[in-house]
Amino acid sequence: MFHFSNIVRTKGDPKILAGGPSLKRPEDRLARALGWFSVGLGVVEFFAPRRVTETLGMEGHETLVRAFGVREILAGIMSLSVEKNAGLWARVGGDGLDAAALLSGLTADNPKKGNIALALLMVGGIAMLDYRAAQDTKPRRPPRDARRKLYPNRSGFPKGIESARTAAKQIAAHATAGRT
Amino acid sequence: MKALVWHGKEDIRCDTVTDPEIQDPRDAIIKVTSCAICGSDLHLFHNYIPGMLPGDIMGHETMGEVVEVGSGVDGKLKKGDRIVVPFTIICGECDQCKRGNFSVCETTNRKSHLAEKAFGHTTAGLFGYTHLTGGYPGGQAEYLRVPFADATHIKVPAGIPDEQLLFLSDIFPTGWQAAVQCDIEPTDTVAIWGCGPVGQMAIRSAILLGANQVIAIDCLPERLSMAEAGGATTINFESESVLERLEELTDGRGPEKCIDCVGMESHVMASLPDTLLDRAKQMVMVESDRPHVLREMIYVCRPGGIISVPGVYSGFSDMLPMGAFMNKGLTMRTGQTHVNRWTDDLLRRIEEGEIDPSFVITHTVPLSQGPEMYQVFRDKRDSCVKVVLKP
Repeated sequence: MFHFSNIVRTKGDPKILAGGPSLKRPEDRLARALGWFSVGLGVVEFFAPRRVTETLGMEGHETLVRAFGVREILAGIMSLSVEKNAGLWARVGGDGLDAAALLSGLTADNPKKGNIALALLMVGGIAMLDYRAAQDTKPRRPPRDARRKLYPNRSGFPKGIESARTAAKQIAAHATAGRT
Repeated sequence: MKALVWHGKEDIRCDTVTDPEIQDPRDAIIKVTSCAICGSDLHLFHNYIPGMLPGDIMGHETMGEVVEVGSGVDGKLKKGDRIVVPFTIICGECDQCKRGNFSVCETTNRKSHLAEKAFGHTTAGLFGYTHLTGGYPGGQAEYLRVPFADATHIKVPAGIPDEQLLFLSDIFPTGWQAAVQCDIEPTDTVAIWGCGPVGQMAIRSAILLGANQVIAIDCLPERLSMAEAGGATTINFESESVLERLEELTDGRGPEKCIDCVGMESHVMASLPDTLLDRAKQMVMVESDRPHVLREMIYVCRPGGIISVPGVYSGFSDMLPMGAFMNKGLTMRTGQTHVNRWTDDLLRRIEEGEIDPSFVITHTVPLSQGPEMYQVFRDKRDSCVKVVLKP
């Protein structure tokens, strides 16, 4: 990647010779992959709902599929953002909704119930990945009740605050005197 | 040399890169002795400000020793000089520089066509701060090329530790300018949102400029304790109502002067629905900034008061209460810092022991640990307020 970035560098500016370790962990990469998958699936559901319902033998549910598409896109964008953990949990919730919707179509008279079973299997697998990624990308901010270091002695005024205030007052008094 | 290099959202690496070279007679190269991570570097870390490219070197708070000078530096710098590098690159010759408006220098942004498209006019070149401001390599590195070095420097004396001088590069003059812009009167209450490094400097500056009362607003105990140590009355917005407390502390009048040291990434809280909406809109890229603090300041500021905005905003902010702003006759002053306008005075104050900006440093680590420290600083782990890196 950096070989490309070196090409666009202004002549004379430092170029990368050897890359250091990335801050990205495998779980961050998984979150990113799931985010793009979510966006892709959402686009398909939104723009080609009939293809989806036909494949699943669930004709007449195009509006629902389209709504699920919007949900997938939003969850995908969230998973790709700084707030990826929230996005991944949104995906876990979405997987539940997907499974419920698929189960409702798993009836004896559905000629495509084999496809539904396959889709359920996929949703189960993806849900496991989503859950794993959501667990592993928990924000590392300390909890609100965590013990924190306090800095009550760091005034920044070597001569003390009162001395700073007094000096300021003297300057203000001089300025006022100068104006009158 | 080693340098902290931006590779994408939340991906900064300590890479080996080629050493900088003199490109122009007015250049100088410095060996960096200390540099720091700034709160505004986090906007780049999160990729909220457009114009970063993989391979860009981070950092705009840097100081060091001059090791090479170009032929056009004209005797203003020589090898061995110890300098702090202001984050705004200035020519010292254009109309804006002559007026002291250094952060809008008309010469130094080498990609001014991008800034003109984004902002209408160009602004100064900045170190390590996107290609909108020139795409100059930053100072979180072992060496730094300083363009227009004959003007872009603050010479500092030997005998004062780096830690006391380093912040002349940005956060100290930024906090100072924020307070100066408020035209503080001895009877004024100055309310400051955000107790990060710039907020801490703004608190001290408001005290030094004679404010009657300084109120600091944040939610992190370590930052509030530091603010209190600097002479501020504090409000923890997670446990108290900012509006009610400010009314109480100002006998219902509201603070005369308000300073926004938060900027585009204000805290998101379920109890503040506008912050949730901003975050959602920012995520889908229909709003670039989260201006909750601006909204709150306009609402609470005393009519006729002044709002000063050193916090960084990158593009577009929604739902600003312009009705309140107009009807209350408020004044807003903002801008990147005209660093060199203030540094002679601030250096004197440091030399005379009036202030020691090193109070804000909580972590000092080698440059190679910089990438991890971006995460620690962002997550407010280990009570982190300010990180200094040693190449």
